[in-house]
Amino acid sequence: MTTTLSVQGLHVAIGKGAHSANVLRGVSLKLQPGEVRGLVGESGAGKSMLGRAVLGLLPANATIAAGRIAFEGRDLIAMPEPERRGLFGRRIALIPQDPMTSLNPVKRVGAQIAILLRHHLGLSKRAALARAAELLSEVAIREPRRVLGLYPHEISGGMRQRVLIAMAFACDPSLVIADEPTTALDVTVQRQVLQLVERLRQRHGAAVLFVTHDLGVVAKICRTMTVLHAGRVLEEGDTADVLAKPRHPYTRALLAATPRADRPAEALRPVPPALIDSLWAEALRLDRLSAMAPS
Amino acid sequence: MAELALERPVQRPSRWIAALRRGGPRLWIGATLVGVLGLVALLAPLISPHNPIEQDLMSAQLPPAWADGGEPAYLFGTDSLGRCVLSRLIYSARTAVAVALIAASLAAAIGIAFGLIAGSFGGWVDQLTSRLIDVWMAFPPVLLSIVLAAVIGAGLTSVITAIVVVDWTRFARVVRAETLVQLQRDYAAAARVIGLSRGAILRLEILPNLIPLVVTLLSVEMGIAILVEVILSFVGISVTGDTPTWGGMIAEGRQIVYQAPWIMALPIGCIISSVIGFNLLGDGLRTVLDPVQRR
Repeated sequence: MTTTLSVQGLHVAIGKGAHSANVLRGVSLKLQPGEVRGLVGESGAGKSMLGRAVLGLLPANATIAAGRIAFEGRDLIAMPEPERRGLFGRRIALIPQDPMTSLNPVKRVGAQIAILLRHHLGLSKRAALARAAELLSEVAIREPRRVLGLYPHEISGGMRQRVLIAMAFACDPSLVIADEPTTALDVTVQRQVLQLVERLRQRHGAAVLFVTHDLGVVAKICRTMTVLHAGRVLEEGDTADVLAKPRHPYTRALLAATPRADRPAEALRPVPPALIDSLWAEALRLDRLSAMAPS
Repeated sequence: MAELALERPVQRPSRWIAALRRGGPRLWIGATLVGVLGLVALLAPLISPHNPIEQDLMSAQLPPAWADGGEPAYLFGTDSLGRCVLSRLIYSARTAVAVALIAASLAAAIGIAFGLIAGSFGGWVDQLTSRLIDVWMAFPPVLLSIVLAAVIGAGLTSVITAIVVVDWTRFARVVRAETLVQLQRDYAAAARVIGLSRGAILRLEILPNLIPLVVTLLSVEMGIAILVEVILSFVGISVTGDTPTWGGMIAEGRQIVYQAPWIMALPIGCIISSVIGFNLLGDGLRTVLDPVQRR
């Protein structure tokens, strides 16, 4: 079996020359087929940047300075644009962070799903709409036919996220990148959405890279996890092992800072600033080293 | 207790009816003015009481029918050559409507194309187009029209060409700005992630979002086109010969404004109501077409 996603030594910098800042400092990551990997880290750790780099959605001022991103053995960075377009949406899909803004406001839900199906599967308009209705019932949307004729603002946030999940799994992808798909939703809807992602993943057999800052979510649905900080991988392994016996002090501090129902609120300890400072100092030292090294 | 349970689901008025209601009086007044103008232009041979170029020097400068000395056969009186003012006003509407439709549509097509290209490609393409527009807008439009008329001769074609050549920038600038905004939205990124090419994203995702804007601009532009046609025919470089135009009528009436003020006042009234009609219609249509406001 080929590795679904292989990221090796990925360096991403924002800006140019003296004003550039590293956001990813040599991240490596491997995803096997069907694996669900949680990618956790605080804001600015680079977790979203990693997902965007894989999807080719880096902001215009960001550049991949070094490293390799391979999807099923094929180099995504060197791949010509038309070939990449053939992969995105069909083999590699995204569940976006904000369901409120990720659907086109002026197009009916059905038309948006149909564009995807017609583009990748070459379905006729009628067949695409029929398939879209099936996809919507697969994500537990009642009256799918009616919803197809609605505009995004006419359905709730949770429903929009379900539409986006249906679109992500529409073409049986082998890799789904979920970029904090539950962040913009309230807790009760979060649960449904997580269950849905898990069910569709099993049905379609996709590997999922689940970007989140919520350790609870990771514990619930991810088999393996990677802890990212300052653009570096601090720890990775099976979720159960990492959560039970965290080896890196940062992971330990992160766990201690996670609110839990079975612990009093006073037990919450923020991650010690000294620890974060030392991690940043180390990251910056690495930057200087790589800047001095002959390229 | 009040009966709260509803027997049947609440009947919501259809989208179109709701949207048309939201347009409000602007939409209705604008649509009526423009509709009357269009009908008059279309039915000119049927509704005009006289041949607009038929001269009757015996009954020159007759006042309107209701004034002293007016004749019932000439409702709005006659001009200095004894031609029926009402008939000339009606036939002038044909020129005005033809110019408004053709010139505004062509200007819109060219402007939208340039705007989309500049907004989506960015970089030097955007720089080049934007600077071109800046320089273009600095050029006096009337001068350009006179030069054009001198080069390709007076006539309807040169009036339309002049308006298109001058006014495409109006569309290009607005469409470029809006394309930039829309491309930053999450749904545009989502469209890229489903593997659509740049052209497909512009056509399928961005353009539908521009429609409310373009319709408004188009309507306003039609009003402007009528004004430009009036200016050019006033100075005598629009349609030549016998074809009546509002601008031409104003020019003729100007010389005898003290003896026969209605000859100048009536075409001015026509121009004002047409331009106001187009502006109000554009305003009303914008609210109707914007689906985010469709509640």
